[in-house]
Amino acid sequence: MKITLKIWRQKGSNDRGSFKTYKLDHVSPDMSFLEMLDVLNNDLVRKGEEPVAFDHDCREGICGMCSLYINGRPHGPLQTTTCQLHMRSFSDGETITIEPWRAKAFPIIKDLVVDRTAFDRVQQAGGYISVNTGGVPDANEIPVPKKIADEAMDAAQCIGCGACVAACKNASAMLFVSAKVSQFALLPQGQPERNERAEKMVAQMDAEGFGACTNTRACEAECPKGIKITNIARMNREYFAAMLTNYEVEAGAGGD
Amino acid sequence: MKLESKIPEGTIAEKWTKHKFNLKLVNPANKRKYDVIVVGTGLAGASAAASLGELGYNVKAFCFQDSPRRAHSIAAQGGINAAKNYQNDGDSIFRLFYDTIKGGDYRAREGNVYRLAEVSVNIIDQCVAQGVPFAREYGGLLSNRSFGGAQVSRTFYARGQTGQQLLLGAYSALNRQIANGKVKMYNRTEMLDVVVVDGKARGIITRDLVTGKIEAHSAHAVLLCTGGYGNVFYLSTNAKGSNVTAAWRAHKKGAFFGNPCFTQIHPTCIPVSGDHQSKLTLMSESLRNDGRVWVPKTAIKGLKAKEAVQIKEENRDYFLERRYPSFGNLVPRDVASRNAKYVCDEGRGVGTTGLAVFLDFADAIKRDGKKTIEAKYGNLFDMYQQITGDNPYEVPMMIFPAVHYTMGGLWVDYNLMTTVPGLYALGEANFSDHGANRLGASALMQGLADGYFVIPYTIGDYLATIGWTDKVGTDHPAFKQAIEEVNGRVNKLMSIKGSKPVDQFHRELGLTMWEYCGMSRSEEGLKKAKKKIQDLRAEFWTNVNILGSANELNPELEKAGRVADFLELGELMVDDALNRAESCGGHFREESATPDGEAMRKDDEYAYVAAWEYTGDNQPEVLHKEELKFENVKLTQRSYK
Repeated sequence: MKITLKIWRQKGSNDRGSFKTYKLDHVSPDMSFLEMLDVLNNDLVRKGEEPVAFDHDCREGICGMCSLYINGRPHGPLQTTTCQLHMRSFSDGETITIEPWRAKAFPIIKDLVVDRTAFDRVQQAGGYISVNTGGVPDANEIPVPKKIADEAMDAAQCIGCGACVAACKNASAMLFVSAKVSQFALLPQGQPERNERAEKMVAQMDAEGFGACTNTRACEAECPKGIKITNIARMNREYFAAMLTNYEVEAGAGGD
Repeated sequence: MKLESKIPEGTIAEKWTKHKFNLKLVNPANKRKYDVIVVGTGLAGASAAASLGELGYNVKAFCFQDSPRRAHSIAAQGGINAAKNYQNDGDSIFRLFYDTIKGGDYRAREGNVYRLAEVSVNIIDQCVAQGVPFAREYGGLLSNRSFGGAQVSRTFYARGQTGQQLLLGAYSALNRQIANGKVKMYNRTEMLDVVVVDGKARGIITRDLVTGKIEAHSAHAVLLCTGGYGNVFYLSTNAKGSNVTAAWRAHKKGAFFGNPCFTQIHPTCIPVSGDHQSKLTLMSESLRNDGRVWVPKTAIKGLKAKEAVQIKEENRDYFLERRYPSFGNLVPRDVASRNAKYVCDEGRGVGTTGLAVFLDFADAIKRDGKKTIEAKYGNLFDMYQQITGDNPYEVPMMIFPAVHYTMGGLWVDYNLMTTVPGLYALGEANFSDHGANRLGASALMQGLADGYFVIPYTIGDYLATIGWTDKVGTDHPAFKQAIEEVNGRVNKLMSIKGSKPVDQFHRELGLTMWEYCGMSRSEEGLKKAKKKIQDLRAEFWTNVNILGSANELNPELEKAGRVADFLELGELMVDDALNRAESCGGHFREESATPDGEAMRKDDEYAYVAAWEYTGDNQPEVLHKEELKFENVKLTQRSYK
C-alpha cells in the first residue's frame, strides 16, 4: 500500500504546531497503525529527520496509553484503540490525517503526545474505597448479585485513554468520571462514601477545565471499551443526591 | 560474599508467622521519619506504595508511563490464584505451594513459595474490599475456574481482564495515598541509576522524560518493582516500554542477578506477520482445550489458512497428538512451544513467514456446534480476526510461541532484599517464587503478595535496625557523582550520531536471543550468541543514531538507554544458560535429553539458584550458588507421554 500522512508536529507545549506531510510506499495491510508509524519513524531517523513522538505501551488495547485523532475520529475508524487498528482498514493511496487529542485539560507535550494527568487527579479526588491493606472481611462475606457485579464490571472496563474527551465537542470527561462513580455506586463496598465520592470527583473534573455534557453521545460512539452513557445518567443522579446532603466539598487545584 | 537466603527456622507452615513476630517494628509515630522510594507502579509497586503510605511512611513512587495505571500488569488476562478452597474441591495452601514448586520444576525456594500460597487468600479479600469486580455466581459469591491444567478451581477472574481490574484496584489505593499526601507520584519519570553509599541503597537518579532533567532522590530504602525483561527478545508479549534498566543498574551497583536465563515462552500467540512486527499478542491457552494443532506432513511453502481447509486429513500431521497420545494438544506450555519450533525448523511451518502452526477448530465446531464454541471463545476469535483478518470459525488459526514472562530477576532473600542492603525487588523484577517455570495465574498473585503482604512487614525490620538518622541527603558527593555519570551516559548516547535506528539494534539482539537462548539451547549455539551480542553491543556504541535533544521528550533516547542495557543483560542470560547444562522448566538444553528426546533435569548438579555478581565492564560475572533444599516435596521428573 501507498499512503500519505498529514501529521501534527509541535516541538513543545509552548510552540506553534503545524501539519507536515509524509509519504510511505511500502505499507503492509497487516501492519498495525502504530507499526506503520514505527516504519515512518525509522525512515525519518535514517534520513536525519526527527521522528514523530506518540504515546503507546502495551499494544494490545488495554493500557490506554495510545491515543491519536485519526481522520477526525479518536482511535480512527474502528471502535478500538489505535494499537488494535490495522492498515487494512485504510485504502491504497489514502491520505490519513493524524492529530493529538485536543482538549484544554489535555495540553500538548510534543507532536501527538498530550498530558492526561488531569484524569489521575480526578481519580485521586475520590476514585477509591477507603480501606487500608489488611483487616478486611473474607471476600465471600460481601455477596454481590451477579447482575450488579456484571454491571460494575462493564463500567470498570474503562481504560482511561481519553477518547471520550477527544470525541466530545465540549471536551467533557463525563463518561470517564461516571464510569468510576458507577462502578462504586453499584457495589456494596462503595456505599459508605457514595455521596462524597460523586461530589468530589465532579468538583475536580470541573476544576480541571473539562467541559459540560450536552448528551451528544459522541463519547459512547467512540469509546474503545463500549462504556455506556447510562453511566453518565447514574452519575448525575448520584451527584444530585449528594447535593441534597449537606456534605461540603472543596475543589482541588486544576492542572494548567 | 556469601548468599544468605534468611529462610526462617521451623516447619514450613509456621515459618512466616514466626518470622513476622521476630521482625523488628517501627513505632507508628516514627514511621513518618522514614522515606521510601518505589520504582514502578504495576501490581507490586502500586500495592507496596499504597500499603507503605497507609502505614505512615513517606513514599515517592515513580513510573515511566504517563500514569501509574498503565503499568503492564494491566494486560494480564486469565486470573489470579488463591488457596481459598471456595469450591470445596480439595485445594489448600499446601496444594498451591506444592503445585507451584512442581510447576517451577523444583528450582524455587520452598519457604518463599509457601508464604506466597499462604498470603494468596488475603489478596482476594483485599481486592474485593477495594471494589474489584471479580466474576460471581448467581448467589452473589465469587466464581472460580481451573486454569493452566490445575486439578482444582482456584483461579479468581474478572472476565478476560483480571490484571486490569487488580491493577486499577491497587491504583485506587495508591491514589488515596497520593490524595492524603503520603505518596508523591512522579509520572513520566524513569529511574536511571541507584545510589549506594557505605554499602546501603540511599536513593536513585531519575530522568524527567518530558524535560530531560536528571534528578536525585534520596530515601532510607529503595524498592524496585520494575517488572520483567522479556523485551530483551524484542518481540514478546510485554509492553513496548517494559525494560530491564532499573534492575540492570541495580545489578551493576552490587545486586546479584538470579537465574537470568529463566524465561517463559507461551505457545499460543498470534504469529509474526512481517518485519514490521513490533509486539506479539497472547491468546488464552484455553484454546488448546478444543483446538487441534497441526502442520502439513510435507512442507508447503507459504501455506495460507484459507488453503489449509483443502489439505486432506491423511496429509496432516497432528504432531502433539502423535507424540503425546495421552496429553495430546494439552501438553504443558514448554512442550507445546518446543514442538512447534521443531516442525517449523523442519520447514513445515505455515503462513507467509513459515513460523506458525495451525490451531484448528473445525472438528470442535462439527462436534459441539458453532454456538458452543462461540460461547467459549467468542472474544478470542474476534480478537484474532481483528488482528489477522482471518475468521477462525471458517479457517484454522495460526499460532506460534512467544516470550511472555521472565522467572529470573534480581536475587532477593526471604525479606525481598537484594544483596545491597536497603534495596528490595518485588514482583516479576525478583527471581524468587516461580523457579524455572511459572504456573498460569500466579504472576498477579506474586506481585500483590509482595506489595500488600510481605514488604510492609519486612521493610520495617530493616528501617528499625538502621534508624531514621541513617540517611544520606542528595547533597552527598555520591549523588553528585551519580548524576554526572548518568548525564555522561545520556550525552554519550546523543553524541554517537551513527547511521542505524535504535529499533534495528533491538531487533537484531532479539533475533539472536530467540534463536540461541530461547526455547531450545545448545552449548555451540550459546557460544555463537555470546560473540554476536558482543559485536552488536560494540556496533551500538559507535553507530546508533538518536535525533532530537536530551532536554525534551525524546522517545528514541529512552529506547536507546533501554536497549543499551538489554545488550548487556543478553550476554549474562547466555552465560547463565551456558552454565545450566540441564533441561529444566521452560528450557530445553539439547545436550540434556532422554533417549526419546524429552527434557532431562539434573538435580544432582543444578538444584541451585544461579546468582551472578557484576565485577566490572567487560569482566566475566562471578557465579554464586544458593543450594535449594527440598524438605516438603519429593523431586520427580515430568512425563507427558
